[in-house]
Amino acid sequence: MNVISESPLTILIVEDEQAIRRFVRTALESEGCRVCEADTVQYGLREAGTRKPDLVILDLGLPDGDGVDFIRDLRAWSSMPVLVLSARIEEYDKVAALDAGADDYLVKPFGVAELLARVRAVCRRSARGPDGAAQIIFGELTIDLENRWVFRAEQPVHLTPIEFRLLATLATRPGKVLTHRQLLREVWGPAYAERSHYLRIYMGHLRQKLEADPARPQYLLTETGVGYRFCPS
Amino acid sequence: MNDDRRPDPDQLLNRIKEDEALAQRGKLKIFFGASAGVGKTYAMLLAARQLHEQGVEIVVGIVETHGRAETAVLLKGLEILPLKEVPYRNRMLREFDLDGALARRPALILVDELAHSNAPGCRHPKRWQDVEELLDAGIDVLTTINVQHLESLNDVVGGITGIRVWETVADRVFDQADEVVLVDLPPDELLQRLKEGKIYLPDQAERAIEHFFRKGNLIALRELALRRTADRVDDQMQSYQRQAGGVPSLREALLVCVGPGFGNDALVRAASRLASKLDCEWHALYVETPALQRLPDARRQAILTTLKLAQDFGAHTATLGAASIAPAIVEYARKHGLIRLVVGRSRHRRWRWFQPRSCVEQLARLAPELDLLALARDESPQRTLNSAAEVKDEARWVQSSLGQSYGATLLICLGTALAATPLSPYLDQANIVMLFLLAVVGVAVRYGRGPAVLAAVVNVALFNFLFVSPYFAFALHDLQSILTFIVMLIVGLVVGQLTARFRYQAQIARAREERARYLYEMSRELSGALVAEQVIEISERCMEASFPVKAQLLLPDDHDRLQAPPVRPGAGKPKVDLAIAQWCFDRHTPAGLGTDTLPAASLLYLPLKAPMRTRGVLAVAPEQRRLLLIPEQRRLLDTFAALMAIALERVHFAIVARDTLVKMEAERQRNSLLAALSHDLRTPITALIGLAETLALELTAEQSPHHESLNAIHQQAVRMALLADNLLDMARLQVGGVRLRKDWQSLEELVGSATRMLEQPLRNHPLRLALDPYLPLIHCDAVLIERVLVNLLENAAKYTPPDTVIGVTAFIDADRLNVEVWDEGPGLPTGREQRLFEKFTRGHAESAAPGIGLGLAICRAIIEAHGGQIQAANRAVGGASFTFTLPLETPPPLETEEIPESS
Repeated sequence: MNVISESPLTILIVEDEQAIRRFVRTALESEGCRVCEADTVQYGLREAGTRKPDLVILDLGLPDGDGVDFIRDLRAWSSMPVLVLSARIEEYDKVAALDAGADDYLVKPFGVAELLARVRAVCRRSARGPDGAAQIIFGELTIDLENRWVFRAEQPVHLTPIEFRLLATLATRPGKVLTHRQLLREVWGPAYAERSHYLRIYMGHLRQKLEADPARPQYLLTETGVGYRFCPS
Repeated sequence: MNDDRRPDPDQLLNRIKEDEALAQRGKLKIFFGASAGVGKTYAMLLAARQLHEQGVEIVVGIVETHGRAETAVLLKGLEILPLKEVPYRNRMLREFDLDGALARRPALILVDELAHSNAPGCRHPKRWQDVEELLDAGIDVLTTINVQHLESLNDVVGGITGIRVWETVADRVFDQADEVVLVDLPPDELLQRLKEGKIYLPDQAERAIEHFFRKGNLIALRELALRRTADRVDDQMQSYQRQAGGVPSLREALLVCVGPGFGNDALVRAASRLASKLDCEWHALYVETPALQRLPDARRQAILTTLKLAQDFGAHTATLGAASIAPAIVEYARKHGLIRLVVGRSRHRRWRWFQPRSCVEQLARLAPELDLLALARDESPQRTLNSAAEVKDEARWVQSSLGQSYGATLLICLGTALAATPLSPYLDQANIVMLFLLAVVGVAVRYGRGPAVLAAVVNVALFNFLFVSPYFAFALHDLQSILTFIVMLIVGLVVGQLTARFRYQAQIARAREERARYLYEMSRELSGALVAEQVIEISERCMEASFPVKAQLLLPDDHDRLQAPPVRPGAGKPKVDLAIAQWCFDRHTPAGLGTDTLPAASLLYLPLKAPMRTRGVLAVAPEQRRLLLIPEQRRLLDTFAALMAIALERVHFAIVARDTLVKMEAERQRNSLLAALSHDLRTPITALIGLAETLALELTAEQSPHHESLNAIHQQAVRMALLADNLLDMARLQVGGVRLRKDWQSLEELVGSATRMLEQPLRNHPLRLALDPYLPLIHCDAVLIERVLVNLLENAAKYTPPDTVIGVTAFIDADRLNVEVWDEGPGLPTGREQRLFEKFTRGHAESAAPGIGLGLAICRAIIEAHGGQIQAANRAVGGASFTFTLPLETPPPLETEEIPESS
């Protein structure tokens, strides 16, 4: 885990199930992280305040409260990344957690490899901070944020202003899931937060213009029922 | 710039609504002729044949060929609806079969002779009402009519030809017809045809026919028919101009004043003609004064019938109670913005010199701004069939009132004289006169004008006879007693008049107060009703307290069939005809007694129309038929019905709201239970998988022999996780009432994410996606539809050998989206394709193969919850195919982005 291992990362696990805490701790420690644990919302918030961890791994179903409330409380004073573990069947909970400010989610049951990959991605994003790069390059595509140009294999691709804004919103946060609501608010404005059909239509246009096979996209990925994710590799 | 010519949006909206209503209605085409024999039926059949050849589905409902071969030939090859036999006085009458036609439901039906009167026992008294029902059912109708059968021209034609026909059609039907074709034949040719015997005539006296078919008559009839058609065309022209943004029509409304005299029907007809010529709405008004209230019943009945006639012609009718006629008319006219008054004018000069100013003059004086049209009125009382009864009725009325009040008057007069006699020595003569005067006043107050006059005469006579010398003899020679007589007479008349007026006003006020109280009481009681049974009980009780009627409320069941009311002991409820009630409910139109539909029924059926829909039917059995003919009473009944309807609707929505609340609570509980189950099942599995993996990492490093066992633990845990997922999903779907989180989704996206989820299982299979690039968005639950795709693709990957092609094809078929997931594998076991699904619908979900078992059952549950279908089949070219359909809906509008010039 080369990105994390530059200096030991502190990771807080808020999870009421001891067996899960144990294997997550084992997996993370084997990668050289410092791990602290909490089993309730209250205790978790206190630990987050005192230990200032680099990442919080949060279970949504806790005995003394909802994980979404934890995120809201945390976001009131900190922007530390949060990775949510969800065992609920409803997508709604994941969306609520992401809308409240969570960075990513994992559905139980999950494997160790998957967990570590997500932890890596989230930490990498937060370590890099807001990216000031004027150009994003992936595959044969280049996005010039400053001049609002997009090139595909050196050929300019014509995008409408909204298509460009949608692409830029996703591409500046690679790997992060953006919910429908977040995208609609950012690209179209708050009045459009419930008009998800706009998103489907424009996402379709973007894939037609940028993806090799729009039906099996490589970069603009769908998180069904939740939102979209830009995957640069 | 042309703001004043811009069409009013409300008007446009109204016209659109009218157009919509018309679009669903059938089209009516009338073949219109001046008289019998011009060839209407022939023309109608020709038109029908033409349509028939174009492939229109045509049925002949009833056509009278009258044995003419040339007409009968045209009937060949057309489907003819059998006639219905109606028994009538030991005979069988053959009539048009309305129910047969409605059941047959052709696109177009021929119904000859629109003005025909049906045999008693048919649903409607008139054939044109049958036609209305056909049109309402969306069936187009071709029909024929002669000019003399138009209601408003009926008396004109009668005047010309001397033959009055009784079968008439309301002008409204003619005016609202979609097309009118004038069938015209010059009179000479018609006469020629008559001579050749080509015209069928009903059994009429030879002389009458000769009289009718005179050339002068035929020319006049032809002119009438042409003119009526021209009026219609003119209306169309005007309406077209309005539509094209022309001048909006001025609402020149008309008011016709119906008086107590004879000849009102002609007046109403004339006003109707005038109104249709002016294309304006019109009102018919009857003012009932105290004097008119004392008219015999038969006469009042005649007036009400006239008002009913006006209503049939399309007038708004009203009956006002007032002390005098002219002011009431003027007030009504001003209130309703009616600028033109039509009144009847007597043909004969009044012979009474003291006759007060006529109504026309009074109106002219009171309202100089109104236009007055005084039409001559035929006042010869039409002694029709009813006249004998009328005379008897009148006589009886006079007798009874005379008998009682005049007898009492005589008694009072004699009593006064008896009381005054012993006092005469002590009283001045003037004071004795006062006593007699008091008696006259008393009589006038109690019995009105007539008896007061009698009292004055008798009292003067008694006074003269008993108290003026010479005693016990009449001496009317001196001025004194003449003056006494005159004073008594005047006092009696004035007091009688005033009393009558006050009494009448009081009566009206009391009636109004009573009406308001009944309504108030019922609405108060209804506002407290919580269930439909209470509404029924309160409504029936209040109705019976307010009117001399028996009432019965009928409510529909879930399939909109009215339910027979429960038999309540001792309630003495009227016998309800459910068939009529159902008709009334289905058509939202009153039926039965006093209406146009089955007027022979013993009850009146009123639909309970609420804002959302009709909620039931109110059946009313009046003790007197007359009650239903009085417009005020009918309006009051309608108001009661509206109140009941609203109460029923409120109760209905209260129940709906309660059910929704219960459903929501049930759903909430179910969801929290499933969420808890899901959490409790997944958490240990997660721990199991996670621990197995971490352990495996360490053991691999140590090259441990237990490595294999650990892998097995891991695989079994993963399989258990999948099983738990399927079980939970199945539970969620099968509990029923699963709430779909529907949103607008793109199928391409769902297929994309499903294939990405199955990257691992599908890595050995070439994938062929054939999605129509112009697929519209579909309204569905994305997670669930993705689940269907995943299950189907996973099955295809699992049950076909590696390198087998798997494909997804999607296309639009009519109003459905079809999605096929296919493979080129070995296919499904033949003959068992559908049983894959059948098996699961029976609920035997516990299959030995968990993958396919639950997977397909879940797919089916999801697709059916979306209103679609799923099927399995073997492909002709080999391999299995699973196809599901989803209904298409219209996506919400999209604001298109303004695309700037490319730079």
